[in-house]
Amino acid sequence: MSAAPASHLQAADGAVAEADLAGALGQALGGRVDGVQRLSGGASQETWAFTLHPTDGAQDDRRLVLRRAPPGAAQRAADSAGLAAEAALIAIAARAGVPVPALVRRLQAGDGLGDGFITAWLAGETLGRRLAAAHRPALAAQCGTALARLHALPLAGLPPLRRTQPRAEVAHLRAWHARHGTVRPVFQLALRWLDEQAPPDARPTLVHGDFRNGNLMVDLADDRLLAVLDWELAHIGDPMADLGWLTVHSWRFGQPQRPVGGFGHWPELLGAYRAAGGTVDVARLRWWQVLGTLRWGVICESMGAAWLSGAEPVMEKAAIARRASETEIDLLHLLAPAGATA
Amino acid sequence: MTDSPSADQLLAAVAQWLRDEAMPQLAGATAYQARVAAGLLDTVARQLALGPAADAAEADRLHALLGQPDAALPLADLNQRLADAIAAGQLGLHTPGLAAHLWATSRTKLAIDQPRYDGLHRPPEPPPPDAA
Repeated sequence: MSAAPASHLQAADGAVAEADLAGALGQALGGRVDGVQRLSGGASQETWAFTLHPTDGAQDDRRLVLRRAPPGAAQRAADSAGLAAEAALIAIAARAGVPVPALVRRLQAGDGLGDGFITAWLAGETLGRRLAAAHRPALAAQCGTALARLHALPLAGLPPLRRTQPRAEVAHLRAWHARHGTVRPVFQLALRWLDEQAPPDARPTLVHGDFRNGNLMVDLADDRLLAVLDWELAHIGDPMADLGWLTVHSWRFGQPQRPVGGFGHWPELLGAYRAAGGTVDVARLRWWQVLGTLRWGVICESMGAAWLSGAEPVMEKAAIARRASETEIDLLHLLAPAGATA
Repeated sequence: MTDSPSADQLLAAVAQWLRDEAMPQLAGATAYQARVAAGLLDTVARQLALGPAADAAEADRLHALLGQPDAALPLADLNQRLADAIAAGQLGLHTPGLAAHLWATSRTKLAIDQPRYDGLHRPPEPPPPDAA
């Protein structure tokens, strides 16, 4: 326990951390802050909900969300767009008709809150298993529309973002997997297949990078997509990457028969994507599905490696590392389906 | 010969204590962590029960696939050789027995790690349709 970084010790002493946070937020926003609550989700960045009672009595109390970089999180941020880019993208996405929480404030150096931004709080469901509990064709269609809109955004107006293409992503995953030192013949089979089948470079578009069940906030009363969350992994690349990731088996939450996040079917997603101006390349989409499946496996491994090294001393990381074997089976389903019934 | 209770009985006792006695008295993130902890103890118990036979069977298959290398090579080295051979393209899905070996190995890992995962027994999946 003595090896734990200061951030975790503070997190354990939650009352002190929350009081400090409430004070700084109140200063920055001009009001009194209470109801500070650490939200679940978001492994590499902190997300907090809180209530602002503005000093200006003419304004209503507001429930808001703070998203900021926790101290010591930098080592996991190689793929990260950065919080400044995330804030810019949320504002751009809102103007393009992609549902996002309204941007309220970008944190300033003088706020004493670190890097990040504040958005409106939305009441909705984000838990993957609840979204996947029913067939929600309208939700799958809204995902298709939102993706087509964000893939159509002109690149000239975007903040600086990482650029990648299919072959570079394979090289990136291969190197990432190699760094963990885990020997997995199935992952090598997938890397080889991805190399051999890699499509040529795509006409680059904005890619959300983590558009999946788990990052979607939904009103379950009418299956309305309220917000696309977590723009941390946004980049410029192949738009089929987003469609492939959304349909990876790991995000179906026990409903494998519904490929779109466990709540929708292909025609609902792809029909709406095409209707909103998107072009679907099925061969590319399937390739990105394989890459996405491998990617989740490598992420699971990386959590185990971060735990073993002491960088992230959270027991759950060790447990997630033991989910990499799920992705081995998923990859075999995709690459060697004949063996599924053997 | 170790004394009774056995390792698996001790693990089961701790997991049961976490679930039945500790968790009801915990709240929020700590209760969740206790559930994760109990789940990890179950994983260790399954590994103790299934691991030795699974490792022996895996090593036998690897010896056959790799053309009977040094019989004394530990399982980790055999696995590294298979991974390297696949990465180099020397072995692949065209290799007789390779797909069956990978399925058997990953199924066994999953039986230890996540026995309730729905991927274990689901039917083959059709690819995305060409036209909506």
